[in-house]
Amino acid sequence: MKKTVYIYKAFERFWHWTQALLIFFLAATGFEIHGSIKFFGYENAVEYHNVASYAFIVLILFAIFWHLSTGEWKQYVPTMKNIKAEINYYLTGIFKNVPHPTKKTVLSKLNPLQKLVYFGLKILVIPVMVISGLLYMFYRYPHQGSIVGIKIDSLETIAIFHTAGAFLLIAFIVVHLYLMTTGATLTSNLKAMLTGYEEIEEDDKTKVDIFHNRDIAASGLTKENK
Amino acid sequence: MRKIILSLIILFSLILVSVYLIKPGDTEDEYLTEIKTKLQNKSGPTTNHSKLEPLQKDFQTPQEVTGACLSCHTEAHKQVMQSNHWNWEREEYIRGRGIVRIGKKNAINNFCIGVEGNEKSCAKCHIGYGVTDKMNGYTDSTNIDCIVCHDNTDTYIKGSEMGGNPKPGIDLGNIARNVGKPTRSNCGVCHFFGGGGNNVKHGDLEKSMFNPTKEIDVHMATEGANLQCVDCHVTEDHKMLGKIYSLSSMNRDRSSCEQCHNETPHSKEILNEHTMKVACQTCHIPVYSKVNSTKMEWDWSTAGRLENGKPIEEDDELGNHTYLSIKGSFKWGNNLSPDYVWFNGTADHYLLGDTTSNLTKPLVLNTLRGSYNDKNSKIIPVKIHKAKQPYDPVTKMLIQPKLFADNQGEGAFWKDFDWVRASDVGMEEVDLPFSGTISFINTEMYWPVNHMVSTKDKSLECIQCHNRDDSKLNGLNDFYMPGRDYNKIVDNGGIGIILVSIVGIAVHSIMRIGSSRKKRSKA
Repeated sequence: MKKTVYIYKAFERFWHWTQALLIFFLAATGFEIHGSIKFFGYENAVEYHNVASYAFIVLILFAIFWHLSTGEWKQYVPTMKNIKAEINYYLTGIFKNVPHPTKKTVLSKLNPLQKLVYFGLKILVIPVMVISGLLYMFYRYPHQGSIVGIKIDSLETIAIFHTAGAFLLIAFIVVHLYLMTTGATLTSNLKAMLTGYEEIEEDDKTKVDIFHNRDIAASGLTKENK
Repeated sequence: MRKIILSLIILFSLILVSVYLIKPGDTEDEYLTEIKTKLQNKSGPTTNHSKLEPLQKDFQTPQEVTGACLSCHTEAHKQVMQSNHWNWEREEYIRGRGIVRIGKKNAINNFCIGVEGNEKSCAKCHIGYGVTDKMNGYTDSTNIDCIVCHDNTDTYIKGSEMGGNPKPGIDLGNIARNVGKPTRSNCGVCHFFGGGGNNVKHGDLEKSMFNPTKEIDVHMATEGANLQCVDCHVTEDHKMLGKIYSLSSMNRDRSSCEQCHNETPHSKEILNEHTMKVACQTCHIPVYSKVNSTKMEWDWSTAGRLENGKPIEEDDELGNHTYLSIKGSFKWGNNLSPDYVWFNGTADHYLLGDTTSNLTKPLVLNTLRGSYNDKNSKIIPVKIHKAKQPYDPVTKMLIQPKLFADNQGEGAFWKDFDWVRASDVGMEEVDLPFSGTISFINTEMYWPVNHMVSTKDKSLECIQCHNRDDSKLNGLNDFYMPGRDYNKIVDNGGIGIILVSIVGIAVHSIMRIGSSRKKRSKA
């Protein structure tokens, strides 16, 4: 039985889309700084990139606060359960119109592969980008009329981490944009991320219920979402 | 749905507009206004020399003028005779050599090679009179040429090959009554013509700077601040700030932009950060030799070709000598983009008598020291002058030939055109051995470019260094520079991952389309 539920809250959607915009913008300006493309002009690219990076950091801080205060962070705790089934689904099942092995619910809206990938982004790629980015900006900087330097001899190591992270993020976005089309219909996932509402299956006993983390049930989310 | 998309578009535009607005602007700092006011309020001199009693006469010899100067400025000669302008040498510490006396007497250049044996001719630019081959006028204070620096009438000229004496017929009295602080023309008559002609040596000091426009030099421009040399080359007790590393070795007494501008003068912090590793000149002197050509290459090996027994001269369409029998062949350039090197303010020099046997690379006559990892080093612009000059393959020494003499038969190359004889005489005058064999080796000199500062809008743009294809700093590879450098593994790996993702998606979506068709046809 299908039911329309409110799955992505307003802040979540604001965060998601703002993050999307900033990542695209940071990628464009960043790869201009890297020498790969020419568009804004080098000096502009540097200045835009720096300002946008501050915006991104502010957004991350808000998102961290939101995830912690709502308990939504638990959505991202990775699990190895059903990983194999999930991989099999995308490699073969999807072509045979086999139903999705895990069920999307308000309390568990990410499938195991998403959990793993997003968890990786949140605790590895984004921190690496933020830290290497801050070092990139501040490994030497003007302070009260003179130049102060953090004791780093070469920009090279910082740049390698920052660039590698950027490539990973782009690869992620490419795949992310494609997997967006693998929902119930081509655009149902996109619509859900825009409006917050998505039609999901309810109480289908033939599917594996990955909702195993009982703590979430106690977090009060269910009340809010009624 | 539409409302949401609309509000997202508004949100995105708001973010992008604020990014644009927050980006640092470009304003003129208050301190620049301060400097400009200070310059406008310069006070005049307190003495009018035309009213002074000892100067109201006709001077017969230049030494009489000096005597008159010293009658009031009673200690000036002591200062002058300790100065580099007088001694042409100084005591310097050079790493690897220790403390040495270095100057025009024992350093070799790759223009006219050296002054030893050629003093009478070179003395046209010495601030003394009566210079002979052995420089024996050095101890007599009345031989100080005060007026070559202090003449404010622009009429004083030293004679050619006259041992530093003025050209006959000059009104010394008038000059003596019109002395003052040195102007650009006082300094320029020597420093613009180093190497035997206008702009030959420096490339950034030449006769267009007697009265430059803002395009040529923003500070000295007559329609602008009209700075004189001594405004930056601040002088105390006849000792001037500033040096050129063709002869200097130590990081001291340098004249710098920071004397007026502070170390972080830009309104954009990202530019201020650059001042840690990049000298002001690097960005602000993007082009040198803006008006007349400067000499870039000098090949002594072709010198001595005569036509009908007479020396010849060949010029290019701009009037630059391309061949002179007395000096060899030349290449010139103008509106040049400098080369760039790391420099920490210290230099080593080839000194007379040094030996070198590594001839695979050009012999550098003045090695500017520095590297990225040296915290005193900054990137500076330089003119590199290349030459082929005489060398003794047996003693492994550069040869100091005798070039100038009054008469034929004294061994001077410029009179007799005999390399062996000129080398023999020249090396004997500096007490060095000569084997009798001559070859020509490649040498280089590095001339820091410090003048011809361009207006702000002509400064180097970021992209001129920060790009992969033709970065101005392509020669400096001991550091990582964004936009120019990248790690091949990271870049190739990253592009690889993205390509694999795209191919995977393409295959996956084709299979999806195929399966959905099957599904439909079944239904």
